Amino acid sequence: MTVLEPHQLSRGAAPVAGAAPRDPAVRIAGVTKRFGAGAAAVTALDQISLDVERGEFLCIVGASGCGKSTLLNLVAGLDAPTSGTVEVQGRVALMFQEAALLPWRTAVQNVELALKLRGVARKERRPQALDLLDLVRLRDVADRRPHELSGGMRQRVALARALAQGADVLLMDEPFGALDAITRDVLHDELERVAAEQQLTIVFVTHNVREAARLGDRIVLLTSRPGRVAGEFGVPVERPRRIESPEVSAIAAEVTVRLREEVRRHAD
Amino acid sequence: MPTDALRTAGAGHAVAHDRLDQELAGLDQLELTERTRAPVGLRLWSAAWPKVAAVMLVVAIWQFLVWREWKPRFVLPSPLEVGSTLWNDLFTAELWRAVGYTMRRAVVGFAVSILIGGALGIAVTRFRVLRTAVGSMITGLQTMPSIAWFPLAILLFKLTEQAILFVVVLGAAPSIANGIIAGVDSVPPLLRRAGVTMGARGVSLYRDVVIPAAMPTVVTGLKQGWAFSWRSLMAGELLVIIPGTTSLGHQLHFAREFSDADGLIATMIVILVIGILVDSLVFGRIERSVLLRRGLLTEKAYEPVRTMRRRELMAAAAVR
Repeated sequence: MTVLEPHQLSRGAAPVAGAAPRDPAVRIAGVTKRFGAGAAAVTALDQISLDVERGEFLCIVGASGCGKSTLLNLVAGLDAPTSGTVEVQGRVALMFQEAALLPWRTAVQNVELALKLRGVARKERRPQALDLLDLVRLRDVADRRPHELSGGMRQRVALARALAQGADVLLMDEPFGALDAITRDVLHDELERVAAEQQLTIVFVTHNVREAARLGDRIVLLTSRPGRVAGEFGVPVERPRRIESPEVSAIAAEVTVRLREEVRRHAD
Repeated sequence: MPTDALRTAGAGHAVAHDRLDQELAGLDQLELTERTRAPVGLRLWSAAWPKVAAVMLVVAIWQFLVWREWKPRFVLPSPLEVGSTLWNDLFTAELWRAVGYTMRRAVVGFAVSILIGGALGIAVTRFRVLRTAVGSMITGLQTMPSIAWFPLAILLFKLTEQAILFVVVLGAAPSIANGIIAGVDSVPPLLRRAGVTMGARGVSLYRDVVIPAAMPTVVTGLKQGWAFSWRSLMAGELLVIIPGTTSLGHQLHFAREFSDADGLIATMIVILVIGILVDSLVFGRIERSVLLRRGLLTEKAYEPVRTMRRRELMAAAAVR
């Protein structure tokens, strides 16, 4: 595996010719984000430029303080960059480490709310919500409330809800970070399946290098304080992948070496 | 099996998908909790007996004091005497007219309190200036004993219904407003953020996320507001005697005037019972359902969380 220059990026397994005119789903150009003012100002992101192709599964990896969550907020439009531009084609949905379901609504009602806020007619909401729960294999528990579901099931409802928002671009902020390892592995398979079926563009932030190698078409490594792009890695492993496959492990090892270098840089 | 309408993946992945489906189903089965409820009779009994026992204890102490002749009988009658007076009163139109009159005042007063307290509470959560201006004053009002308002109320409104309403609203509205303010303040930022990313703004954010999320605290405020309004109302009916009306406070007042200790205690019991009934049957139920729905309260009669895993193990053992 080689570190790719931005102009020669390919999408791993995705069939895209490098010479074709580029119309990325997300274009982040020279983005800098500072918090605070004057001497106390902290630069969270420094001159980040990054394109995410349509249908691409991009994983962003970095140690603490690399501004991963800040970057997602900028793409989601919840915050504005200090300088630079963020362009997004289509609708954006955001998923967090916690499912953030509304606890007084049942699973299906949570999905329905997203449909309602998108302007779907009342009569069509229930069948559409049930179809989406079907997609994440949760139709049977449609009438349960979040506290009656497991953490993994809650995240799948959150995924259905994100799809209900009509998202073309799905931003995921360590969505499986709080789950046990077995559930996480199964949800990797599930997310891969749903992403392919729905032709989603995904930006997936994680601390977990192996997870990034398991899921991503491409991995972007961010430096910490300030966050800069330290390297990009294509993941040309055929799907469906398994987390225990040697190819995934090899790429994870390679990214880890770079990540450790980054971390050591902060020792002095 | 779910429908395949949404599937677009190639047939080459079918095997992987089947395996994935099985794994998901397996995990779900292992992690789902099962709900079971005890029979209705048992639940009622377990809810009722501690209350019955507590009442019996109070009556026993009362009877003991009567037997010891702590006070003369015409001042402190026995539970039996009061009980028979109360029983007889239950079949008179007078008691029910008084209850009706008082309840009408209570309902009107509480409704007005909800309108005013609700509007105030929402306004304070919406406008920062207003919060700085009146936020702490609302809490101050809450600590003001309602009876202290009556001299002013009588000056302003004379001995009228308005005087009573004025004090009832002053007693209840601050609690209701405070419930809303505290409720909105305690909405988890994550839920707001989830609402905003779904496209909820302004009114829809309030209607679909903030208000429902604030409900547990709002209901507590309403419950407290009811207690305050009921207390203020009783004080009002004792002090503001409007000729030609029969209310519970009015009855209490005249029972004292005529040294009718039996009637006095009987009326007090009626007032207490109404307060408890409204609190538990109306607000208790609302509060419970709000909390249960959010998973903030586990139903006591639910069996301790039992996983399906155990049922599966039992089924497996049965097969063996």
